[in-house]
Parts: sequence; structure tokens; C-alpha cells
Amino acid sequence: MTESILEVRDLVKYYPVTRGILFKKTIGHVQAVDGVSFDLHKGETLGVVGESGCGKSTLAKVLMHLEHPTSGSVTFNGQDIYKLGASGLRRLRRNIQLVMQDPYTSLNPRMTVGDLIGEPFEIHSDVAPKGSRRQKVQELLEVVGLNPEHINRYPHQFSGGQRQRIGIARALALRPEIIVCDEPVSALDVSIQAQVMNLLETLQNEFGLSYIFIAHDLSVVRHLADRVAVMYLGKIVELGTEDEIYERPTHPYTQALLSAVPVPDPNSRKNKAIIRLTGDVPSPTNPPSGCRFRTRCWKAQEVCAREVPLLEVRSGSDHPSACHFAEKREIMVTREAGELTELPTRTL
Amino acid sequence: MSNVYVADQPSAAREGRPSGRLLEVEDLRVEFRTRDGVAKVINGVNYHVDAGETLAVLGESGSGKSVTAQTIMGILDTPPGFVTGGEIRFHGKDMLKMSAEERRRIRGEGIAMVFQDALSALNPVFTVGFQIAEQFRVRRGMSRRDAKIRAAEMLDQVKIPNAKQRVNEYPHQFSGGMRQRVMIAMSLALDPEVLIADEPTTALDVTVQAQIMDLLGELQRERQMGLILITHDLGVVADVADRIAVMYAGRIVEEANVYELYAKPAHPYTIGLLESIPRIDEKGQQLRTIRGLPPSLLKIPSGCPFHPRCPMAQPVCPEKLPPLLQLGPTRASACHFAEELVNRD
Repeated sequence: MTESILEVRDLVKYYPVTRGILFKKTIGHVQAVDGVSFDLHKGETLGVVGESGCGKSTLAKVLMHLEHPTSGSVTFNGQDIYKLGASGLRRLRRNIQLVMQDPYTSLNPRMTVGDLIGEPFEIHSDVAPKGSRRQKVQELLEVVGLNPEHINRYPHQFSGGQRQRIGIARALALRPEIIVCDEPVSALDVSIQAQVMNLLETLQNEFGLSYIFIAHDLSVVRHLADRVAVMYLGKIVELGTEDEIYERPTHPYTQALLSAVPVPDPNSRKNKAIIRLTGDVPSPTNPPSGCRFRTRCWKAQEVCAREVPLLEVRSGSDHPSACHFAEKREIMVTREAGELTELPTRTL
Repeated sequence: MSNVYVADQPSAAREGRPSGRLLEVEDLRVEFRTRDGVAKVINGVNYHVDAGETLAVLGESGSGKSVTAQTIMGILDTPPGFVTGGEIRFHGKDMLKMSAEERRRIRGEGIAMVFQDALSALNPVFTVGFQIAEQFRVRRGMSRRDAKIRAAEMLDQVKIPNAKQRVNEYPHQFSGGMRQRVMIAMSLALDPEVLIADEPTTALDVTVQAQIMDLLGELQRERQMGLILITHDLGVVADVADRIAVMYAGRIVEEANVYELYAKPAHPYTIGLLESIPRIDEKGQQLRTIRGLPPSLLKIPSGCPFHPRCPMAQPVCPEKLPPLLQLGPTRASACHFAEELVNRD
């Protein structure tokens, strides 16, 4: 196994819920992220999946140190990032960059593409001295597949997919080691989504990047990720390689999630058994005791309400799973990636 | 092939077809007159839906799938949108020629619609019960009390637990999935014959999406409704649709029954779409992409609008617009080389 580049240990982020205007009284906490631990290896893509409200975007913010965690540590290059001073943090940010979800609101409409992508160089002026910046920006545009001549255009002159490429170019500007991608393709159309996913993959090979890839779309994550963490209500419920999670899921929530993903093949209608989850995700302000999934779980027993299941390897599972009764269950048949249809191409 | 005929020409297409379709859209044309010029949003769309049938309209943003639905419902913003041609027949009667009053009567009772974003489609200052009951009061002349009881029944039908209590709650007190159920209850209140669902599950999580699609399917079977499902999700379509119409640049480029379409797509755009989606049942490799970008509707490419992005484009493609050719009893494709694509192994 390759070395870890980022070590996340017991990360917790609670947001206070207050009542009153003048004398604010804390009446509870939203437990957005509650005890998350994982390692990110060099050059790998760690997918983080889960439904809305499970804490995946909060996790991204805390990892970027845009939010200070309630407790826990994140170690990058042997240093706890939450103990760094202002200048240390600035150096750190160069190595961990973020690609955001919405390419329409994450770019300042009054700045040209050249300014947007060149902005990181203003803060980290040692990376590119002033004279060479324009050239650097043009190189970056070329790397992400945009026309370098469009350097003076504004974001509204680009389509959604192109804007996401601008976001990626900006994240790449400082040559980071880690890029946290928060739903980078979910706002894009299918045909454009594939282009951006391929680009992310190419860039990873070219620059040896490590990705933390956050998404709600399990098919997208399967495509890009080497390892996958499944989150539910602020906790990782299952963590394993892409094969372990998709072929041999052992946590009931992962199994239900996978079974609900529609497969683009009408012939799978008959032989598909969707596990129906009833009810909604409980409120993160007042999560269920013990296992947080027990209120919707068909396996729930008395022990589930009493004891919090740890994320560990159990007898029924070959990878860490946070279920007292973790066991394999046949969810779907993976087909080997078929031959792509060869279109009869002719020359004009 | 001997049975090739041109479906774009109505007279030829209608021959031999059983009359009395529930809802039929024929050669519909809609344009948006904007400051920057005229955007031809819909350029001759033909489709139909029968009782108990699910038609999926598939397309990317800007393909005109939602505008078609809005035109059918008669909720197109005019201006900037103008219907410039075509017919929308409901039980054989052209709705575009009807008076506002007649159309109003069809809305809700004949054809109803479920919108994508339930939070903005519901009024935040009224209880959900009031919003559903309103239809019974206005259209059925019920008293407030009776209408509210009926509203609670509707909520119960879409499987909202504690319907009797929840009927008095406001939209913000419901979760995303529950809100979409409220929307469905509201659209089904007057027992419509056709339901148009515009991206009903796009904003929802997968587990909730499965619940909502199940519910829609169940209600459709019970009521023998015609369902038009507008979506960009090829996975959802494969699960529920009977027939599929693929739209590109305001035109139907392929129509087929669901098994045929996935087994052997007959239009390069459909082929591209199917290959560019990551599949949950397939391991990672580079995805095939469709090169380029969808066209601007202000400047639709000449000839076949897909030709600048098409891997099999020929000199004829930018010259001539391919008509939607019938390739068999249940399928049609608007590609000059459709027959080649269908006959390939």
C-alpha cells in the first residue's frame, strides 16, 4: 500500500442551534460530522458518497479548514493542519485545493478568466513571478482543454462544462497535491459530465494528484474512485475499495443505497430487487441512539439502540463496516465493461 | 427497407394509425423572441401518449423537453414564448384553438403536471391541505370542510403518514421526498387522464427517488393514466418507460420502445448519450464522450443540428435536415444513416 498523504482522525463538527435574540441560549447541536476517520493515499481517489444532509459537504469544508472542527485532527505531511498559524495555513492551502459544485456561482462574474485563474498567484507570488503569470494561465487553460486565446473572456461567455474547467484550472494553478472535489459534475448535463470526469482522470495521472471526490451519484463515484467511504448522518458507515463497496457491500445502508440506483438497461427491471427504505433520514440535531441507521434498518435489534457500532472489520465483512450484523448480500451483477459500439466513421 | 415512410408529413404518418389517441402533439413549433434574436426552441415535435402508457421524453438542458410540456399545459410565458405552428390534440380536439376557458377546464382534470422543484412550486404561506383542497372547492364546489377531508384522503393515497394531521402543515415542514408526494397528490386531485411529470425526482436522493418512482407507477396503473415523464436520467427511464422520445435542439431525433432503444439505438446522439453515462454496474474506464457543446438555439446548425458533434457526419448532413423516418412499427429516427445503424450487428 502506498503512503498516506492525509490522515483524518475522529473529526467532529457540531453547529450550535440557538434560541433567543439578545441572550442566545444553545439548545442543541447539529451533529454534521461526528467522528470521521480515514487515510488518503498518494495518487488515489477517495470517493465520499451519501445522501443530502449526511455531512459530506461539511466534511469538505472542515478538510479545507474553511470551518474549524469541534474536535479531531487532520495530519498533512506530519503536521496537524488545525494547529497551524496564519502563514503555515497559507502554505497548506497551496497543497490542498477545492473544486466546487456550482460552476455558475463559484466564479466572480466581474473577473476575466485570466484574473480568476491567475488570482492564486497574487497570494502565492513565489509560484509565478508577475511577468510570467499570463503565460502560466494560458498553459493552465490549455491543460484543462480550453482555448488559451479566451483568457480575456468573462465567465458568462462560457457554458457550464467550460466553467467547471475554469474552476479546475484555478484549483490546479498552485500545483496542489490534493484536490477536494465537492460534487464537481452534478450540475452538468450527461454528455458534458463525461468530458469533465475524463479530464479529472487525465489530470490525476499527469500530475499525480490525490482526490477526495464527494458526490451523491454512486455511478459517478464508482467510475472515478479507488476507495469509497459511505456516509450516513455524519458518520462513515462503510469504507473499502471500489470492489469491496460495490461488489460485496456489508452495511445495510450501503446495500439499500446501491439497490436503489437505476441501471440504464430495461432488461434489468425483472431481476432487480430494490431494498425499500421507509421513512426519512432522522434529524442530525437529535440522531438515534446507538446505530444511527437503526430507525430505517430491517436488521435492527435491541443491541443496535444500545451500542454504537464501530467502523471495523467483522466476521461477515472483509473491510471496515459499522454494523453489528455486517454480512455480504448479493446486490447486483457487475457486467464487464462492454465493447464500445464502433460507429461507422468515414472521411469527409 | 420497404416500409420506410416519412413521419414528418402528417398525412403519410397518420395513415394506418388507430385514431382516438389520448394526447397527440403534432409538428409543434415554439420560438422565444428575445433581445438577442429569435430562439427556435421547438422545431416540429411529434409525440403521443395513450391511456396507461408511459412515454419518457429524454434530453439535455435546452433540448426543449420542458417547453413542450409547458405548451401542452398552456403555461408558456407569452411573451417571450410564441407557438408558431402545430397542433396539440387532446381526445382529438386541438387545444391550441380552444378558448382560455376551455383550456382551463382541461387543466387539472384532463392533463395535470408535477413540477421538478416542489419547494418553489408550493405556496409557502398556505397549508398543503388548503392548497390541495382549493381544487375541490373551486372545481367541484365542495364546502371547506369536505374539501379538507378529501385533501387528507389524497395525502393518504400518496402514502404520507399521519395524513389527517399533516394536512394542516406548511410546505417547509415536509422533507424533499414528502413535498414531492404533496405535489403528486395535488396534481392527481382532479383525477387527470394524462400526467406530465417534469423531472420529478431530479432534486431527490436515490433512495427517495426509488420511492417516488414506485408511487408514480402504482398510481398510474391504478388510474390507467397516460404518463409523460420528462427527464435526463437514462437510468430512471430504463426502469419505468414504455416508449422513449429523445430530443435534441427542439426536435425528436429518435423514438422507440424502451427495449429497442437500449439494445440498438438508431441515432448517433442516442448512442453517444448511452455511452457517456457512468454505470453503476460497470467498472471504471475512460468514458466515451460526445464532443463539443449543445448548439445555441439562436443559431441552430444547418441541416441536421447534431452534425457538428456527430462522429459519422457526411457531406449531406449539414446540407439536408433528416426527417424522422419510421424504421419499424414502434421506432423512428431522424438520421440520414438510421437504417445502417439499425442493420449493424
